[in-house]
This record gives sequence, structure tokens and C-alpha cells, in this order.
Amino acid sequence: MLSAPSLSYMLLSPMLIIFGAAVLGVLIEAFLGKTHRAAVQLTISIGALLLALLQLWQIKDMTSTTAAVNSVTIDRAGIFFQFIIVALALVAILLIADQDNFVAQASAVPGSTEEKIATQQRVQQTEIFPLVLFAVGGMMLFTVASDLITLFVALEVFSLPLYLLAGLSRRRRLLSQEAALKYFLLGAYASAFFLFGSAFIYGYAGTVSISAISAAAGSANDIFLFIGIIFMSVGLLFKVSAVPFHSWTPDVYQGAPTPITGFMAACTKVAAFGAILRIFYVGFADAQSLWQPIISVIAIITMIFGSVVAIAQRDVKRMLAYSSIAHAGFLLLGVISLSKEGLAASLFYLFSYGFTTIAAFGIISLVRDSTGEVSDLNRWVGLGKKSPLVAAVFSFLLLGFAGIPLTSGFIGKFAIFSAAYQSANISLVVVGVLASAIAAFFYIRVIIMMFFTDPVNDSVSVIIPSIRSRIAIICATLISLLLGVFPSLLLNASNSFANLIK
Amino acid sequence: MSIANYLYLSAILFTIGAIGVVVRRNAIVVFMCIELMLNAANLAFVTFARINGNLEGQVVAFFTMVVAACEVVVGLAIIVTIYRSRRSASVDDASLLKR
Repeated sequence: MLSAPSLSYMLLSPMLIIFGAAVLGVLIEAFLGKTHRAAVQLTISIGALLLALLQLWQIKDMTSTTAAVNSVTIDRAGIFFQFIIVALALVAILLIADQDNFVAQASAVPGSTEEKIATQQRVQQTEIFPLVLFAVGGMMLFTVASDLITLFVALEVFSLPLYLLAGLSRRRRLLSQEAALKYFLLGAYASAFFLFGSAFIYGYAGTVSISAISAAAGSANDIFLFIGIIFMSVGLLFKVSAVPFHSWTPDVYQGAPTPITGFMAACTKVAAFGAILRIFYVGFADAQSLWQPIISVIAIITMIFGSVVAIAQRDVKRMLAYSSIAHAGFLLLGVISLSKEGLAASLFYLFSYGFTTIAAFGIISLVRDSTGEVSDLNRWVGLGKKSPLVAAVFSFLLLGFAGIPLTSGFIGKFAIFSAAYQSANISLVVVGVLASAIAAFFYIRVIIMMFFTDPVNDSVSVIIPSIRSRIAIICATLISLLLGVFPSLLLNASNSFANLIK
Repeated sequence: MSIANYLYLSAILFTIGAIGVVVRRNAIVVFMCIELMLNAANLAFVTFARINGNLEGQVVAFFTMVVAACEVVVGLAIIVTIYRSRRSASVDDASLLKR
């Protein structure tokens, strides 16, 4: 006799809303005429994200390990991760709604007449919206998944749409398609490692549930656990772009359409760290001595490598890519600390870093010449004289990345370093502080370039952003500013939400 | 025959796939190597299901097949688009982003 599984729809509703809206978006692609599609898709996406945010607020005090028959654990930290992802996606979707960043028809060969006709007819690829929603839904699931099957499926559900989105840039299409290819091949490679690792974890624990891994401690097959941890970490560290699994990051960040880069940089990092924190805090906590040395080494290399290589970059998107690698290293300190403080600090860091990132990529998409976006740093020289406001906002965001006091980045770094310090990882803190100092150098160099160097005679200009991008950039910048000036608002929240059910 | 042999086979298949991804140049072949790795993981899951005496590992294998099929759809779409714009599916030709 089969009994129907019981689902608590209330707890799952944020994810169900997003997935439902995504499926609805696919139907709209099929049945609605071209003229209204973009507007309807945007309305549905924003509506679904707002509704999901509202639902998350309503369930914020509930916890359950059986929301979907042991496959999903809804706990305080999980709800907070989902909240960050949805809030970031809400801002990012406003940037993404600026269709002139996306190719008119992705299937048309670059430079062909087909492409010209599609551009002339102002064809729009509105599939972007359902793809983004599927990615958001997958990310939300990834942070609350509590068994290996759900983890793997969620990983693919959010990765596959991102591979496609990376290839949809309107200008420099070959570059964009190449980014999609690299992202796809390397991403699939990493998820194969993840799956192979989870097979060995299953072999070790005898069940696919993450919480059972620590329950199986002391079992005879420690080698299975070790292989499993190593291989699963490869898959997860690839997603957060930690060195040596970072090689895709600069290429994909540069090639993808800038709003997608912003979305991907911010949300993927939250989702991947959500899953990493859950797996290591809940599943692998008892095997601390197995993985902590390895992850520590990776964190050190990541922080140093990201900060040092960013100095040599001549492209602003590549520079931010290396900066995001360095930030992944800082965030790994939160994983290594393996304490409530570490978790709370990671929550704060991810929140503030996400908004700063989206705002920064929003600004990058405004700097253009006649052929499209200009991301070459040499042509950003003197931007402060051409457009003081945009340059000032960008400088503020860069200072936030650098972690200068009175910015959200400083508070985040301080929280994460003190968590690492409390868990007696002092050498890591020293390396982290050094890496931040190196990183501050190239952020400030960009600011000097923009303000204190005379502009070259160049056609680079800052376009007037559409009302949607303006709202997105202003919101994200204000949140970043607010978190720097009044950090206690979020610090208290992240402390009270830093709770993973074992 | 010892059941551990299946694990060795799965490890060998996984290694062949992982090396293939690194050494082969054609995007389609690279992609096939990745599929080989996924199937090696499947074999490991099924073997462990047998060792552990429960069905969860076999269920994972089914999920993996579905996910792999989705990956094929997305992957081939990307590879075919690249091929149409450059008349080549070699991963070495995709080097515009290299500095």
C-alpha cells in the first residue's frame, strides 16, 4: 500500500511560487503575442519575487525537517539564504529587464542577415525571464536541500539556465557564446565530480540524508568519507570560484551580458555558500579534522591569488571577477570557523556583498561608446569628469569591496575575521588582512584613474539609464550604504537567523 | 565476484572521463566524457545501494539520468550555436577570451 507523501505547502510556498511563475513564463512564450510578452513576463517575474519575499517573511519563525519528506530542511538560516537570493534577484531582474543588453535572436548566426532582420524588427528574447526564475528557484532549493539527490538536482536546476543566459549578449556575441561554452563544459565537469563524491558519501553513510553523515561517524569506511568530501568540495568550490577551480570565472564574467554577470555573481555565490555551509556544518562537522586543513589551504590561495591577479587586469569586468574570487576566499573563513559566529558573519557578508556586486555591474552596463559597453579600464580614465555622479557611486561600491571603514564590506570582513579568530584560525586572519590590503590597492587605483587623471579624447560616455536600471542601482547602492552606516540592523538579524538544524 | 570490483570499474570509468575532458579538443567528445563521468557515478551509486542493502542509491541513478538528459539538451544547444557561428566545435578555437 502506497501512502501519499505529506508536503507542508506553506513552508515550500516561496519556492513553489518561483517555479510556478517560471512555468507560467514558458507558457506565455508559447501562447502570448510578441507585442505584450516582455511587459507581461516582467510583471510576472517581479510579482512572483515579491510574493516569495512576502511568504518568506511569513514563515520566518517556522522550522521543519520534514517539509518535503526529509528532502528539504526549512530552518532559520535556510530562510535567510532564500531571503537574500530573492531580494538580490528582485534588484537584478530590473537590470535584466533592459532588453538592449540581450541578443535579439539567440539562434541567429552572428553577422548574418537573419540577425540583422531580427534586430531591425526589434525581436526580443523574452525567455530570459523564465530562465532567471528557474535559476532563482534552483538556488533557493540548493540552500535548503538536505539530501544528496535534492542537492544534485537543485545544483543543475540553477546551473543550466545560467549556462544559457551567459551566451545571450547582444554585442560581441562570439565572446558571449564562448563564455557559455566554457561555463557549461567546466560546470558540467564540476557537477560530475560533485555527483561522484556524493556516491561515496552515500556509500559511507548508507543513506542520502546529509544529517545522517555525522550520525555514521566512526563507521569503518573512513576512506569513503574522505573521497566523498574531496570530490563534493570540488563541485561546490567550483560554484563559488575558489582557486584552483576558478578558471571559468574571469572569462564568463567578461563574456556574459553585464546584468546577467551581476545576477550570477551575487546569487550563485549566496546559493553555493548556503549549500556549503549546510553540508559542512551539518554533515561534515564531525569529520572536521579531515577537511579543515584542505579548505584552509584553498582559502589562503584563493584570497592571495584573487587579490594579486586582479592588479594586473585591464578589463573592469575581469577585475571584478578576480575580486569575486578573493571574496570567495574571505567567505571560506566563515566555513572554516565552524561556529555560530562564522555562520552569522557569512550571512551578513553574503547580503552586503550581493547588493554591492549587483550595483557595480549595473554601473558598468552604463558606460558605453558607439559599439556598446566599454569595459576596458584604460578608457575609464577621467570618467569622474564626464559623469561625476556615476563615477562617485562606482567609487563608493569599490570602497565597499575593499572593505574601507563605514562601508558594508568593512563590517562583513570584520565579522568574518573575528569569527575565524575566535575559532583559533589566526594565520588565516593574518592572510585575510594582508589580502584585503593588496586588494584595496587595485580598487583605489581605479578610483584614481576615474577622478585624478585627465580624460583622453574618447567617445566613451555614460548613457542615461532607464528608470528600471536607475531604481535597481539606487536601491542596491542605498542598501550597501545603509549596511555600512547602520550595520546593527542586519547584524542582529543575521545573528538570530544563524541557526542550522542538524 | 566481489562487489568491490564494480567500484573499481566505476573509478576507472570516472578517471577515463576526467582525463578525456582534459585531453580531447572537440567539444562534443569533451561532453561525452562528462557523460561517462556521470554514468560512472551512477554505477557507484547502484553498487553502494547493493552494499548498503537499500534502494536510495538506485533512485539517485534514475534522477541522474534525467538530469543528464537535461544537460544534453542545454549542452548541445550551446555547442551547436558555437558550431554555426564559427564552423568549428574545437575547444581550442574558442580562445577569444584568452589574454
